[in-house]
Amino acid sequence: MADLEAFRAETRAWLEANCPPEMRQPVQDESDVYWGGRRATFKNDAQKAWFEACRDKGYTVPAWPKEYGGAGLSPAEAKVLREEMARISARPPLSSFGIWMLGPALLHFGTEGQKKHFLNQIARGEIRWCQGYSEPGSGSDLVSLQTFGEDKGDHWIVNGQKIWTSYADKADWIFCLVRTDKANKYQGITFMLYDMETPGVTTKPILLISGNSPFCETFFDDVKVPKSYGEDIPAQVGEVNRGWDVAKYLLGHEREMISGADGGARTSAIGAAMKRSAGELDPLLRAELAMFDVDALAYACMGEKFLDEIKVGKAHPAQPNMMKYAGTELNKRRHELFMAAGGSTALEWDSEETRGGARAREWLRTKANSIEGGTSEVMLGVVAKRILELPGA
Amino acid sequence: MPLYHTEDQAMLAETAAQFMGEEGAIGKQLRHWRDRGCKDGFGHDLWKQMAEMGFTGLLVPEADGGLGMGHVEAGIVLEEIGRNLTPSPFLTSSVMAASALAHASAEGKGRWLPGLIAGDSVFAVAIDEGAKHRPERIATRAEKSGNGFRLTGKKDFVVHGASADMIVVAARTAGADDDEDGVTLFAVPKDAAGLGHNSVRLVDSSMASHVTLDGVELDGDAVIGEVDGGRTVLNKVLDAGRVGAAAEGIGVARGSMDMTVDYLKQRKQFGKLIGEFQALQHRAAHLYSEVEIARAATIKAQQLLDAGSEQASLMASVAKAKVGKAAGLAVKEGVQMHGGIGMTDEYDIGLYMKRDRALAEFMGDVYYHADRVARLSGY
Ligand SMILES: Cc1cc2nc3c(=O)[nH]c(=O)nc-3n(C[C@H](O)[C@H](O)[C@H](O)COP(=O)(O)OP(=O)(O)OC[C@H]3O[C@@H](n4cnc5c(N)ncnc54)[C@H](O)[C@@H]3O)c2cc1C
Ligand SMILES: Cc1cc2nc3c(=O)[nH]c(=O)nc-3n(C[C@H](O)[C@H](O)[C@H](O)COP(=O)(O)OP(=O)(O)OC[C@H]3O[C@@H](n4cnc5c(N)ncnc54)[C@H](O)[C@@H]3O)c2cc1C
Repeated sequence: MADLEAFRAETRAWLEANCPPEMRQPVQDESDVYWGGRRATFKNDAQKAWFEACRDKGYTVPAWPKEYGGAGLSPAEAKVLREEMARISARPPLSSFGIWMLGPALLHFGTEGQKKHFLNQIARGEIRWCQGYSEPGSGSDLVSLQTFGEDKGDHWIVNGQKIWTSYADKADWIFCLVRTDKANKYQGITFMLYDMETPGVTTKPILLISGNSPFCETFFDDVKVPKSYGEDIPAQVGEVNRGWDVAKYLLGHEREMISGADGGARTSAIGAAMKRSAGELDPLLRAELAMFDVDALAYACMGEKFLDEIKVGKAHPAQPNMMKYAGTELNKRRHELFMAAGGSTALEWDSEETRGGARAREWLRTKANSIEGGTSEVMLGVVAKRILELPGA
Repeated sequence: MPLYHTEDQAMLAETAAQFMGEEGAIGKQLRHWRDRGCKDGFGHDLWKQMAEMGFTGLLVPEADGGLGMGHVEAGIVLEEIGRNLTPSPFLTSSVMAASALAHASAEGKGRWLPGLIAGDSVFAVAIDEGAKHRPERIATRAEKSGNGFRLTGKKDFVVHGASADMIVVAARTAGADDDEDGVTLFAVPKDAAGLGHNSVRLVDSSMASHVTLDGVELDGDAVIGEVDGGRTVLNKVLDAGRVGAAAEGIGVARGSMDMTVDYLKQRKQFGKLIGEFQALQHRAAHLYSEVEIARAATIKAQQLLDAGSEQASLMASVAKAKVGKAAGLAVKEGVQMHGGIGMTDEYDIGLYMKRDRALAEFMGDVYYHADRVARLSGY
């Protein structure tokens, strides 16, 4: 305990010295988020300084071991760091599918060579990743995927199409589910890593209802994927044909991330903030806000409990599905209320005052929360079968 | 502090679950006393057994002969009480009155605590003066009289009021009905002259009293805490009651949910187990989420209360409101998913619905606490 208090004081001092004031404000739009990668540019000097300070300290991935680019913090220390960052509203120094999704899967399933090679790249923001799971015919029923990799001895030839690949056009590498055995549904999928610049990979952006276009159709046309990137660095994670286990493990982390269970940042009531920005509240809106705040404050407790239990292995393995369902439905409600409180101003799509319709665009974006990473209906199905053990799986 | 039970707490939970599941079971207690029209609505033998288990004095400091545990532990016992619908004066006596008595004089403690710890005494708490919980307003008057006080007024929904050996009464010694200050708490013994009861059976078979205070004369040493400064202690009693009722509500919600999920796995219609129908699966999974979230909020509130945190009072209201929503959902879905059999008295699911309704009102309903969350948050 005393050690933790010392760590807190140390962390506070370090953040004071290293987190520029510009990085202590809520993220306003996409340009405030630093994603790293080969083609990355910084928005301003503050963003650069903050990223580099964190990278050098291992704070882009604080809980990862030091040899893989992390800070090697214990769960309790990582929690202190999260709390201290939330206290000053510090922005994440680096956002990355590598950190949220691929990293945990590599930590669990990767070879030592893969960990040293890829995790350090992720931690240092050198390579930007995208996730090649969904296909036009395989969404919720992901295991029906058709993209096929033909074994050619020392390499595969991959053909097929992915869809909804977030930032595929901006990513350097892809972690991709590829069928390598057509006869075996679950045990015929390989989890592969390859460069998006490989000949035969093309992407085509898709425009969303928010007017933004963060994701793509991705096409693979005779893509040659080598089986190895060096000694003890195979191109696939886990065994060949056993990628489904890796895919599911990764989905657990993805769901945890989308659920917003990371605690701290979302624990304050929104009703008070709305009153400050919108003035006196309509009584019925106030009542809805109060009901929302009850649910949101209670959910924040659940987020804390969930993370505490995960750390000591007390959480049911299907619990992330419940968190994803509850957290994303709540976030959609939050943004409905923001729109209602904002009134007609919130409708403005391109005014300066609304920073280009940020509120409306964010409201529209949140509708994806209960779709991406598995829909709410699919989450409820998993909870019903795996936690409540209802029949008919 | 991590939001799960420590090893000691998990052991207590196991003990409490076993005890309530056996001794406090629905058939042995609730139905037994209900079917006999018992005037107390609970059994004194069980209360005595709870004393032997060490439950009664759980929140009483060790220096005063109790176990000196906290709201997390009290919540563990309450959750099992809720799950088994065990009628008992635990919440009013061991949680709320005990929280008040922590601020009593040495004489007051000496007079009341031994009986509580031994399971010989039952206490009640009289706050509300109307059909809805509104502790901000206290009209019952206490005027100086000799070296003591004279209480006049009425109190409603005093749970176990007529069975209580002592009632903690919040009365006004100064100021107007809606004033924050000017409130004083009194320990009113059951034989005080001028104390009257109109005791009524509630929908859940528990007994509550409309209490009349018709010039009740009390000595000065009946005062708990400070004269005119009782609001601080009252707020602690209220928070203890809110969090305690939330814990019991979680037990009700879980008991009802477990029964329902079991039923979904047994009942066949259309040649299938009804638990195979996705329409029911999704509702059951949603219900599970709500109950888990409400439980997390309740444990958080218990921990904050035990830590003496400034956030405790806000979280107490969050917990009470959230449990109100979740437990309400659990019992409604429970009865609906049981189909026709859920409407019968023979089947226990309806008993959960009745207990939930009483607990929902006790210490403030969802609307009261959501409103309080808004006020405490500044809107
Ligand atoms: C913003 C966003 C970003 C994304 N990013 C990526 C990415 O980077 N990489 C990637 O691979 N994928 C990505 N996805 C794809 C996402 O994983 C899929 O959209 C999701 O899995 C749902 O699949 P689908 O769109 O094909 O819907 P469908 O599976 O066709 O579902 C349609 C509707 O039917 C319901 N439904 C389907 N099956 C069942 C069932 N068994 N029971 C009840 N209801 C059911 C669904 O809940 C939904 O409401 C992204 C999606 C979005 C919206
Ligand atoms: C007060 C009362 C009076 C009644 N009076 C009469 C009367 O006079 N005469 C008479 O003949 N009957 C009477 N009934 C019986 C009534 O018609 C049945 O209770 C009703 O049809 C439901 O059947 P069940 O009780 O067997 O429930 P079940 O069919 O067992 O249903 C249990 C649960 O499963 C759900 N469920 C069942 N099948 C499906 C499905 N395919 N998809 C999704 N969910 C499903 C139900 O909605 C319910 O929630 C009465 C019932 C009540 C409560």
